[in-house]
Amino acid sequence: MNIIEKILAKASGREQVRPGEIVEAEISSAMIHDITGPMAVQSWKKLEEAKVWDPDRVVVIFDHFLPPPTEQAASLQKMMRGFVDEQGIRNFYDVGRGGICHQVMPEKGHVRPGDVIVGADSHTCTYGAFGAFSTGIGSTEMAAVFATGHLWFKVPRTIKINVAGSLAPFVMSKDLILHILGKVGVSGANYRGMEFTGQTIEEMTVSGRMTICNMSIEAGAKTGIVAPDTKTAEYLGASSSNSFESIGSDEDSKYERTIQIDASSLSPQVARPHSPDNVAPIEEMSETRIDQAFLGSCTNGRTEDLQIAARILDGRRVHNHTRLIVTPASQDVYRECLQEGLFEVFTQSGAVVTNPGCGTCIGIHMGILAPGDVCVSSSNRNFIGRMGSPQARIFLASPATVAASAIAGKITDPRKLS
Amino acid sequence: MMVEGKAVKLGNNVDTDVILPGKYLALTDPAELGNHAMEGVSPGFASKFADGVVMVAGENFGQGSSREHAAIALKAAGVRCVVAESFARIFYRNAINIGLPALECQGILTRVTDGDQLSVDLEHGQVGNRTTGATVNAEPIPLDLLQVLNDGGIIEHLKKKRARQ
Repeated sequence: MNIIEKILAKASGREQVRPGEIVEAEISSAMIHDITGPMAVQSWKKLEEAKVWDPDRVVVIFDHFLPPPTEQAASLQKMMRGFVDEQGIRNFYDVGRGGICHQVMPEKGHVRPGDVIVGADSHTCTYGAFGAFSTGIGSTEMAAVFATGHLWFKVPRTIKINVAGSLAPFVMSKDLILHILGKVGVSGANYRGMEFTGQTIEEMTVSGRMTICNMSIEAGAKTGIVAPDTKTAEYLGASSSNSFESIGSDEDSKYERTIQIDASSLSPQVARPHSPDNVAPIEEMSETRIDQAFLGSCTNGRTEDLQIAARILDGRRVHNHTRLIVTPASQDVYRECLQEGLFEVFTQSGAVVTNPGCGTCIGIHMGILAPGDVCVSSSNRNFIGRMGSPQARIFLASPATVAASAIAGKITDPRKLS
Repeated sequence: MMVEGKAVKLGNNVDTDVILPGKYLALTDPAELGNHAMEGVSPGFASKFADGVVMVAGENFGQGSSREHAAIALKAAGVRCVVAESFARIFYRNAINIGLPALECQGILTRVTDGDQLSVDLEHGQVGNRTTGATVNAEPIPLDLLQVLNDGGIIEHLKKKRARQ
């Protein structure tokens, strides 16, 4: 069995599972946030159950309205606090306590290799970076999980993405996943699992692996996953990696297909409007003037993302006709970057640093695009209207490309500025 | 279970940001959400659904966010059923869970023109085009999911199941 099949077999109490089989799996953690949570609670109330199956396995994180930009959003959060109190949920991250859910979940110990995790958010697949089977579900389905602690899954067929070669300087994990999306397409992994293997993935930091797994949903995948190793153990603060060894794919694992990629020749990649699979190497881009550059999100708002951007921005200025918005993914990332002096670099360069949150990426607040605006963004989706006006255009790129582009006022290869 | 209505036709990869833009995600009332359905295409698009329609779309319908608001908005605006070449998996689960029929039907895009009168047989997996007289075969909706739809969604279904026990 491959790693996904092994995890689902264990969680459903079976020796063996095969793609296409339906299994009823035990849920390790269930996460809701301030957009999908209120609807989950509404559905939960209709079920007229007294208590969630296990309050210590439910995680509630406010991140989309952080802090609430409207009275309506504030009221939703107030309602959610009532639910948290009533259910005795201790894993609750209010304004100023957490940040973007997909960063907070592993940071605060809610993700373990081998777990089955559901979150009412499509980017829940991020935790595959830690060798967990994690996937996004809707709010009403989450209410059913709250009641039972179980959920049915069809065991997916899996696509193996084997990546060889070391990434060149200023070419990042984001460039690799954009390149993969360009090859696979936005529905190329629909209903399937994606397992990322090979030297490049092994060399990659956990933060980089999170970026890769995070965007597996952009190929339609049920989950993206990387087998846990010593780096995973270090990140999670485990004393030894030994207990994880059994959670890799078997040598004779079956895959629907295997895609081989040579990362050593990869250049920075850009996804052009209006689809994450509309990808081209940066050399092939025509000159594109930008009004806004966004560095943040669950895809690329981690410390190493902000570090590389700061290295490029140090001693330089954001272009006069461009605004740069920097959003650390969590309170912990915020503090780390603050202590390292990165905010000094960003603010000296003319960028605005915001508190952690999802607002810019999802077009709710803190940097909404006007009609005609062009934005280069380190986030994950460039659909029509995603970050504001349907007449705006969004280009997805790595943190290094976002920083270089902010300085030049147009989409720019970071290798030219470094 | 039969569903009837005029066809409103869309293309491939219709995403949830287009179905229900992020700025409306603080809304929870279905009727209010329905007013903004498909606003990513054009404001007021939802008024086309008022008399009850069958939405017809291409591959990967509902890609993107897990926001159930998208499926709720379509249903509240008057979409009686979505027939698509294929669905993004989270949208499909959401649709069934809130009681919006979603039927997978290869080849539907080329067999339907905007405004055709459609008659959809969910149980047997057939889309009848009354305007052209054509019938297109689809994947029948599995029996257990049909029961969820008949009960009006997963919450009502679970409550009925519990009452029977």
